[in-house]
Order: sequence, then C-alpha cells, then structure tokens
Amino acid sequence: MEKESKSKNRREFIQSGVRLSLAMALGSVSGLALSKVVKDDYVWQIDPFECTQCGRCATDCVMSPSAVKCVHAYDLCGYCDLCGGYLKPDSNALSTAAENQLCPTAAIERKFIEEPYFEYIINEDLCIGCAKCVKGCTAFGNGSLHLQIIHSICDNCNDCSIARVCPSNAIKRVPASEAYFIKGDFTKKSES
Amino acid sequence: MKKLKYIFWTVAFVVLYVAASAQQQRFPKPEFESGYEQPTTITPEPRALSLEYFDVLVLLVVLSLASWLVLKKRSRQGVLWLSVFTLIYFGFYRDGCICSIGAIQNVTLSFFDPAYAISLTALLFFLLPLAFTLFFGRTFCAGACPLGAIQDLIIIKPISLPKWLNKTLGLIPYIYLSLAVLFAATGTDFIICRYDPFVGIFRMEAKFHMAVLGVSFLLMGMFVARPYCRFFCPYGVLLSWMSRFSKWHLSITPSACIQCKLCTNSCPFDAIDYPTNEKEVVKSGLGPKRFLVYAVLIPVWVAAGVFVGERTHTWLSKANPDVYLAELLISNPEIKNDPDNIDVQTFLASGKTMEPLVEEAKIIRGKFYIGSMIAGGFLGLVIGMTLLNTIVFRKRQDYLPHKGNCFSCARCVDYCPVEK
Repeated sequence: MEKESKSKNRREFIQSGVRLSLAMALGSVSGLALSKVVKDDYVWQIDPFECTQCGRCATDCVMSPSAVKCVHAYDLCGYCDLCGGYLKPDSNALSTAAENQLCPTAAIERKFIEEPYFEYIINEDLCIGCAKCVKGCTAFGNGSLHLQIIHSICDNCNDCSIARVCPSNAIKRVPASEAYFIKGDFTKKSES
Repeated sequence: MKKLKYIFWTVAFVVLYVAASAQQQRFPKPEFESGYEQPTTITPEPRALSLEYFDVLVLLVVLSLASWLVLKKRSRQGVLWLSVFTLIYFGFYRDGCICSIGAIQNVTLSFFDPAYAISLTALLFFLLPLAFTLFFGRTFCAGACPLGAIQDLIIIKPISLPKWLNKTLGLIPYIYLSLAVLFAATGTDFIICRYDPFVGIFRMEAKFHMAVLGVSFLLMGMFVARPYCRFFCPYGVLLSWMSRFSKWHLSITPSACIQCKLCTNSCPFDAIDYPTNEKEVVKSGLGPKRFLVYAVLIPVWVAAGVFVGERTHTWLSKANPDVYLAELLISNPEIKNDPDNIDVQTFLASGKTMEPLVEEAKIIRGKFYIGSMIAGGFLGLVIGMTLLNTIVFRKRQDYLPHKGNCFSCARCVDYCPVEK
C-alpha cells in the first residue's frame, strides 16, 4: 500500500512539474508575442498605386462576387465625355448603349451633369472587381477609378486568398483604423 | 517690340505649363456652373473592434461553460447544446474566421517577421484554449471549436480503428503542424487556413476542390468520428500536450470504478484506456530489451528526419512565390515572352531586375534549409517517442480516458452506472 502511494506521489510530482513548465512555456510565448501585439485589428487593403489590374481579384476572392470592388475617387475624376473607364476603346458612339460599355456587368452609371461633363457612379451591387474599367481609366484618364476591398463584404480571412496570388503584392494588412486607401491625389503621397 | 513681347509670353507660358503639368492630372477637374455636388466615395466601415473583443469574451464564456459542464455538471446534454451554439456562432455567423487553429500561424509569423504585428484577438484566441486545457483537459475541443462541433454532431455509427492505425494516423497532425509553422515562419503561406476543410461549409461557398474535401470529411466523419480532429488538426497536437498534464480532467465515473465495462464502447474516438493486464506484460518478457532498442533508435530517427528535411527543403521552398518566380525565370527564360503568365509579366513590367529577386529567393531558401531540418528532426523525435510509448508499461486498474486524446465530449459519462 505504501509502495503504491509512493509511486502515485512520484507520478503526481512529475505531472505537476511538467504542468508548471508547460505553463511557463505558454507564459513566455504570450510574453514574447505581447511585445508585438497591437490593440487595433487588421484588415486587408489594396494599394491602388501598386495594382496592375491583372483581374485576379475578381476570380480568387473567397466571396463570390468578390469583396473587391471598383471605387471612384471623385476628386481625381475629369468628368470626361470620352471616358476610358466607361467606354470600350473602339466604341462607335459616346453613349450609354450596352455595346459601348467596357464594364461586363454594366455596373458604371453615366449621368450627364453639364456640357461637356459626365458623372460616373459605380453600382457596388453589380461590380465584380474585374478591373477592366480601372485599366481603361488608368491608361487613358486620370486613374480615378481603382480597386479597393469593401469591408462590409470582406470576410477578413486570416490568409487573404487574393493577396496570395496578387502579382504585384499590392494587397497588404493594415490597421483597421486606416481601412481604406482611396486615391486622393494622382501621385503617391510619399513622393511629395 | 511687340513681337518680342509675344515670344516672351509664349516662352513663359510653355515653361509654366510644363512645370504645372508635372504636378497636374491629365484632365483637370472641371469647375461646375450648375451647382453640382460631388458625391463621396463609399467606404463601409470594417467590423468594429469592440465586436472582435466580444468574440474573445464569447470564447472565454464558452470555454468556462464547457469546462464546468464537463467537470462539475458531467452533462453530455449540456456539452451537446454548447457545441450547437459554437457551430452557429463561430461557424456560421463568424464564417469560421477567426479560429484558434489558424492563430498558430499568426503567433509564429509574429516571432519570425519583425514587421508583422499580431492583433490581440488572434493572440488570445491562440492562448486561451491552451491555458484552459492545461487546467481542465480538452474542453475546447468538446464545446468551443466550430470545426470540432460540426464533426461531433454528425457522428452516426463510429467504428473503432485498430490501435496501430490510430497511432500511425495520429502522426499526421505533427507533420501538418511542422509544415504550418515552417510555412508561416518563412512568410510563405498560411496552409492551415488555406486547407481548412470546413470553412467553405460555414461560408456556404467554396472552390470546388475545397467543397469536395469538406463534404468528404463530413461523410467520413459519420463513421470515423472526428477525422479532422484526430488525424489532421495541428492545434490538437498542442492541446494534447497540455491535456496530458492537465490539473483536472474529465473522469468517466464520478467516484470509484466498478469495472462494469459499460463505458468501453461509448467512446467514438477510441480514447478510453483499458486496465492493463499485468500478467501478460510480464509474461512476454520483451519489455526492457525492446525499450532499450527503441530508446537507442530515437537519435537515429532524429537523424533520419534531419536528413529528409535537408533533402526536401528545395522542393518545399517552391511554395514560396518569390522562390518560385526566381526559379521559373532562371530555368525557363523564354517564359518572359509568354503574355499569359501574369506573374512574370507583372514582374517584368515593374522594372525590377533579377538580382534582388534572386537574392531574396536565396535568403528564403536559406530559411527553408534550416527550418526543414528542424521540422524533420522534430518529426523524427515524435516518431521515436511514439514507438517508445507503445511499449512503456503504465499500470492502470480502471477504465480511464486517455488524457491526451480525449476530447472531453462527456459521452462516456452517461454510460457509467455509478452514482455519486
């Protein structure tokens, strides 16, 4: 009987010893990680100046349609009649006719304001994030149309599946307090 | 004189125009006369930070409740309803993200990448279940893990697997964990998140192959209970370490075991250890000799693991996009003329040269060289220890849950006829 209790004691001693060291390991891991911890949450963001409009945002997001949408930085827009983001390069008229539109889902609405200016509004419900208009606007216009991750749709995956395939590494994790990078200027701010 | 003035103005205009155009957009913003008001760009706010902390609170409450239900209340019913809640909240409502299993990678990356900051939520999701397990056993698996919950709720007719198969398949989580840490530490990929079989089911949409994987896991789970938890979950490895030395743990019987054997078939996970047959062990007489052989073999296993790691590091490092691109461009230079290869075309258009890319790839490969050898050595140690464990004799008189493998689901509790 005594022998049994002795072996039991020994087992308990080893158990609690290992438990203590595991607890200490956990503590040191948390201590190390705490030095890098940030109170803010992180979200994914596209750097519109890095984006090359490859079209993967439309196909690789876990959401369908993609959580990436075209946004319009109105400050930059020239309100052109001949809009490189709205009209196909070979369009036969400057009109809203479907065959002239670059957008495959007709998500851009064109509205006349005053001669010769037109306003372009993105219908987020229709936009699939294919970046065709972004390409057109960047090539022929001011680049006021650009892609951005819309956070009311984004699941904020731990591992963003479009960030993984982005060829120009334009998608980065940023603090949630600075969730949106909307082009306010046509040059990157850091250059000035 | 007039002509001179004209030239002067032209020159001035050109100089000013060039200077201005460097700072101005192609088509300047018009000045509207019709009183047009510019709309603002729509930017819906991300999920509020307070809600993220609320998730941590929910996790804390669910963990405490699960531990209380398992250890004090001893109620399978309660654990069942708690796992239904977990499935709905962390699974379907939170879309399976954030989860403790994936948080391993965030913690790892925060150690190895100085630029990477980890959010407090992710750290707490990693630490809380481990801390709870160190005290109460794997109650996290029982009630607080959505991946565990979805598998636990579809168990129909669990079959018992032979011991050797359980042990062998039980090595997979170690491999998965080492690879996940290796890929996270080198900043390559988060494979736990990428190959999470159930996240597609929680979100009700997934890529085809992930949907197939998820559904096949569920189908298999009807007969082989909790296949992901037992044979894949990398977080389960850490939880199992904690649980083996937990302060308290679920017990099948509330007082003394009467050896009625009613509980033996109750565990769908083969996690109940039977009393040891002392006579049989002594009779075989193989114990000490085999123990020595297996103990001596451990360094051999470790060496073999390091060797395999060293051999495979080149192959593993190809998972890194930078290494892959550099290799592709070196081994296959004509790919530069392929207009359909977006990665190569983007790299060429960016104006970057080969040297920094190759340099970067070499650094990453160096990390893989060391990391793969460590991972291989670790796996060798695990294999050696598992073998050694099969012959270590532990005296047991009662039917006891295996502390490492038991998910604390409390099924066995209902089978025990002993009153408190």
